[in-house]
Amino acid sequence: MQITVTVNGDEHTADVEPRLLLVHFLRDTLGLTGTHWGCDTSNCGVCVVWLDGTPVKSCTVLAVMADGRTVRTVEGLADGATLDPVQQGFVQCHGLQCGFCTPGMMMTARWLLDRNPDPSENEIREAISGQACRCTGYENIVRSVQWAAVNKS
Amino acid sequence: MQVPAHFEYERATSVDHALALLAKWGSEARVVAGGHSLIPMMKLRLARPEALIDINDLEELAYVRLDGDVLAVGAMTRHADLLASPLVGEHYPIFHDAERVIADPVVRNRGTVGGSLCQADPSEDLSAAFAAVGAAAVVRGPGGERKVPVREFHTGPYETVVAPGELLIEIVVPVRPGGGSAYEKVERRVGDWAVAAAGAAVWLDGDTVSDAGIGLTAVGAAHFHAPEAEEFLRGSPATDANLVEAGRIAAAHCEPVADQRGPSDYKKHLAGELTTRALRRAVERARGAI
Repeated sequence: MQITVTVNGDEHTADVEPRLLLVHFLRDTLGLTGTHWGCDTSNCGVCVVWLDGTPVKSCTVLAVMADGRTVRTVEGLADGATLDPVQQGFVQCHGLQCGFCTPGMMMTARWLLDRNPDPSENEIREAISGQACRCTGYENIVRSVQWAAVNKS
Repeated sequence: MQVPAHFEYERATSVDHALALLAKWGSEARVVAGGHSLIPMMKLRLARPEALIDINDLEELAYVRLDGDVLAVGAMTRHADLLASPLVGEHYPIFHDAERVIADPVVRNRGTVGGSLCQADPSEDLSAAFAAVGAAAVVRGPGGERKVPVREFHTGPYETVVAPGELLIEIVVPVRPGGGSAYEKVERRVGDWAVAAAGAAVWLDGDTVSDAGIGLTAVGAAHFHAPEAEEFLRGSPATDANLVEAGRIAAAHCEPVADQRGPSDYKKHLAGELTTRALRRAVERARGAI
């Protein structure tokens, strides 16, 4: 069936099977491979993107469910050549090791900071609690989000 | 790559439209709300509906409100919204306790209250919480609406009284003065299903328990419910010894199965201990409310 989804501000129309998952629509149909795909069970959270402004695990959302809606992926974080403070924070604080969980972590972090510009360490840990870092690099991920909170732009 | 088998997709634009689509597809259709239980089951071929009827557009079913002395929760209320609702926290903090330990914040953004109840997973948290507070489910079908006590809603693992062609609309809980409620859960890691969990609601008349509700999950309690322990508490003083005894009675009526989350006797122990802890906190909150 034909769907139209606005991804990072750009409207995309495609003919998809109802069983196509949003994560595969983003990666395979649109070529936006910044969104990663991991456990396929909603546990690991590497596939987190925003659907109508809210982080969701895109391996458990059908692409057809996004028809007529807006999606924001990690490719939509930077403003042109200027990195989002969350991205800068991950650079400054070594918030990534293998980088596999990074896109999902950054999407959730951006959402947290939009709602709560000055989160406590516990609030940051709670926000990312549904997202696994296989390198167990959580300390630096938390520091990266804290850096972004302090250095807002 | 895990993907579901082929199915037809229909997006409902209203409750009436959803009911019309259910009538059109019959028993081969499944309703999808958040999809966080159904879609993984479809990937694993544990569910293979011919048609999915998506009710995510039914904003009319996304609400938490006080209708007179009844707390009404729309079936499409997202877990995150139940957790954020001050109304829920004021009247039934058990739901905030439970929501804090249901899945994780991102999954709670998408998963729905009605979807959780209708999925009827034997380890589902809200089923125990709603059983504890004496809630009722409002189900709409072609012939109109019917109201089913949550304690009669589940007919078995992954089975409910909702018939093909029917839709869960909302869950209602009477708000009564002098009460307190709480939920206690043991899980292996953040976001996991319960090893065991217990919910309690207590109403006090002075130091006497005038009414009590106890819900249990993941421990093989029939209908997520511990009626024998409730009966013991009614009319008894709210002493710690009685709360401990109520936990013992609740555990005695459980039949947990051994699995990767633990052996049966451990889960039975947890059922008793968590029941007592939930009762203690519910009593504390009830005393604060009086």
